[in-house]
Amino acid sequence: MTDEPLIYDLSSPGRRGVRSPLPQFDPVDPGDVLPSSELRTDLPLPEASEIDVMRHFLRLSHKNHSVDTAMYPLGSCTMKYNPKVNEVTARTPGLADIHPYQPPETAQGALELIYELEALLASITGFPAVSTQPAAGSQGELCGLLSILAWHESRGETRTQVLVPDSAHGTNPATGTMSGLEVISLPTADDGGIDLQNLKESLGSGVAAIMLTLPSTLGLFERRILEVVELVHAAGAQVYCDGANMNAMLGRVRPADLGIDVMHLNLHKTFSTPHGGGGPGAGALAVQAHLEPFLPEPRVVRNGGTFALAEPSPTSIGRVHSHLGNFGNLVRAYTYIRSLGAEGLREAADDAVLNANYLRASLSDDYDLPYGRTCMHEVVLAGTRQRRLGVRTLDIAKRLIDYGIHPPTIYFPIIVDEALMIEPTETESRESLDNFIDVMRRIAREAESDPDKLHDAPVNAPVRRLDEVTANRRPNVRRVQESGD
Amino acid sequence: MSYAPNTDADRAAMLRTVGVESIDDLFVDIPVQHRDPALDLPPALPETDVIRHLGQLGGLNATSGDLPSFLGAGFYRHFVPALVDQQLLRSEWYTAYTPYQPEMAQGTLQAMYEFQSLVCDLTGMDVSNASLYDGASALAEAILLCRGLTRRPRVVIAETVHPAYRDVAATYTSALDVDLQVVPAAARDGISVQPDNEPLVEAIDDQTSCVVIQRPDFLGMVVDPDPVVQAARRHGARVVVVVGDPVSLGLLVPPGDLGADIVVGELRSLAGPPAYGGPGAGMFAVRSQLIRRVPGRIAGRTVDLDGKDAFVLTLQTREQHIRRERATSNITTNQALVTLGATISLSALGRRGLREIAVQSLTAAHHAAEALAGAGAVIATDAPYFNEFPVHAPEGAAARLDRLRRDGNVLAGVDLGCVSPRFDDLILVAATELTTARDVEALAAAWARTR
Repeated sequence: MTDEPLIYDLSSPGRRGVRSPLPQFDPVDPGDVLPSSELRTDLPLPEASEIDVMRHFLRLSHKNHSVDTAMYPLGSCTMKYNPKVNEVTARTPGLADIHPYQPPETAQGALELIYELEALLASITGFPAVSTQPAAGSQGELCGLLSILAWHESRGETRTQVLVPDSAHGTNPATGTMSGLEVISLPTADDGGIDLQNLKESLGSGVAAIMLTLPSTLGLFERRILEVVELVHAAGAQVYCDGANMNAMLGRVRPADLGIDVMHLNLHKTFSTPHGGGGPGAGALAVQAHLEPFLPEPRVVRNGGTFALAEPSPTSIGRVHSHLGNFGNLVRAYTYIRSLGAEGLREAADDAVLNANYLRASLSDDYDLPYGRTCMHEVVLAGTRQRRLGVRTLDIAKRLIDYGIHPPTIYFPIIVDEALMIEPTETESRESLDNFIDVMRRIAREAESDPDKLHDAPVNAPVRRLDEVTANRRPNVRRVQESGD
Repeated sequence: MSYAPNTDADRAAMLRTVGVESIDDLFVDIPVQHRDPALDLPPALPETDVIRHLGQLGGLNATSGDLPSFLGAGFYRHFVPALVDQQLLRSEWYTAYTPYQPEMAQGTLQAMYEFQSLVCDLTGMDVSNASLYDGASALAEAILLCRGLTRRPRVVIAETVHPAYRDVAATYTSALDVDLQVVPAAARDGISVQPDNEPLVEAIDDQTSCVVIQRPDFLGMVVDPDPVVQAARRHGARVVVVVGDPVSLGLLVPPGDLGADIVVGELRSLAGPPAYGGPGAGMFAVRSQLIRRVPGRIAGRTVDLDGKDAFVLTLQTREQHIRRERATSNITTNQALVTLGATISLSALGRRGLREIAVQSLTAAHHAAEALAGAGAVIATDAPYFNEFPVHAPEGAAARLDRLRRDGNVLAGVDLGCVSPRFDDLILVAATELTTARDVEALAAAWARTR
């Protein structure tokens, strides 16, 4: 048994949770209007009381660590504070209880919000056109690559390759494949940037685009970005920027000014919409003018004082969402940007970068630092020194759990041995960072004096380390109905 | 204001530790000519003012409280018990992320496992993932799965599948060697629409990777898919079933019992109000043989070092962060919070509650049809339906809907011209357990007034 039974185990025949609405009509017998062969005979759902359901999920929630619990420095995920006012505005009846098929005349406020959010994101990134339709970053990537391919096609060109640095998120190469492209991996130069010589050699006439992450997943700003863009453009290819790390750049640089052609934004990272235990996110796509005709449709347009959905466009890559994207998260992101304004956004980037550099400076005596220069919003350390003591990065991560801190992203980027990718975000205070530093130093000492303490960790969590091998070999991915159940 | 707690004194001390003089010094890698642009944004608003501003925007939209609504077509206004949103507002749920560290995320992982179990029980399938973005992308991913599995280029997709889902599938497959063939699955005989499996059966051949049908279909009809399933079996094609309204699964035979290989659908209606179409949650359930080809996250049950039962993300070698360009999909985030809402809702409704709201939805729709017929409308099908049905609008659906709203103050339904121009004189009317007798009276009166 787990500590907490499955909801099915709280079931008892005949027990009821909530009551259904009072009948409004004389009941219709389903058997009178549907063939009996269409009606199911069993419905194996639990039968639990409301209080048991409430307690069950409350107790489950207690087993989670969250941003509101304590520091959550998960690199490349930007686990910043999720402002509570966002949850209030997203639940405004006029913004929640509205149907995607209601006519635009009855949804002017929703359309205006989308239109204005796209304009705000355009100002922040410098791109003239934005679509907030993609449901998350990876869908934004797909839209971006499909737009690039459509642009090449509009110029009579067929290009079949995409260049992806070996430091990239796995989504980038996976998106390349979904876009029908051959993925070519680019090695990272010694200073953590793109190797220009290698880039030149890779840029043939078949290359449609390069996908780069800025700042890179090493937490470094690409110092040769202007040369990269120039080389890529000279080869007739396009520059796609994975904007997962936009939090480092708010008010400090507009990616469009660097000559980047397309960029997606993770509204659930940079713009504070909550991560929800895995989602939903939202993945706006920003493009230069030459790519605007290819953006997903339908697009929200302004005609004088009213807002409407544009007519279908023959050049658009088409639709990627049932409707207009994760609207509830667009409300939250819009609330956030309107709450912060230009100064607040820049302050967020400044503090995010300062906090990461503070960790870098404070921890580089105890952990290896693969790239010594100033980092942006996250710092990548390596547990290589500890590995020589027989302690792996996984052990360090698990020990952090015992100290009540969520571990950073580990073993990523894959080009760094024993990587610990730490993104504190701007919403951690100096005291919180000092606590993290103190804990990390203590773990470094434990690795020297008592490595088994790390091997055995965690011991203070609801469960200890899990048997993932058996989970993979004999997957148990649903409750199995017992006989007689 | 940026929710950042550091004071200037903190910053000064931290800069000393870093060994630079100012924060500007941390941004020197950015090309100097592009550094520090002025952002053209409106001034920052305090909490009170931003709430007022968003309230004003919301006030420009008509809610279901303002206008009786018979809009469905994938997003239905169903009863979501009060405890659901109370739970969704718990920080431990909504401010956590993907359970990469299972020891600190047993709540999310067990909830995922329970969600997967409920989906399997509802659909009659063996395996469910933890969700995809929405019903549309779930269909697109199902088609990609079948393509990878069969290495066949053709997809036969019924015209009565949600048109936006068909569009998204077309986008997702546009750069790949996939031939999406949309086939009529409803025949028109004068005004009346009737199910017609024949074109689907004929379209399936040995190059077909899968056939896609919807239940109840986009016109609301509940159609026996057996001839299509048999044809697919004969030719080695897979069967993908899109579930219309998930509440229909409280009453109708589950797709797994009808021969589906993959079941997809949109679960938003179980978790909260329509929210203008998002965030939704894409259901994705398969037969056990397909488990290693499933896109997205899956929670599995295992044990910890002490033998204690626990949960973990499993079969991750399918996923992009490990497999990179050879992953089953590029998907990373999913719709966990929406599926949590659906899980809690289904738990609180339970076996009886779900069936009751399904029967009430069916009841409300049939009363709405009767009331419309009484007001002179022609219900455009004799086929059995669950909670949605087509109504004939001789002057065209768009024009009639416009008058029903302006002169009748109801949102009477969806223009079925979005399925095909053949149906642009049909309105899709949906009802649920939240449809009141007064709503139905308003609809009938509006229809009579706008004749």
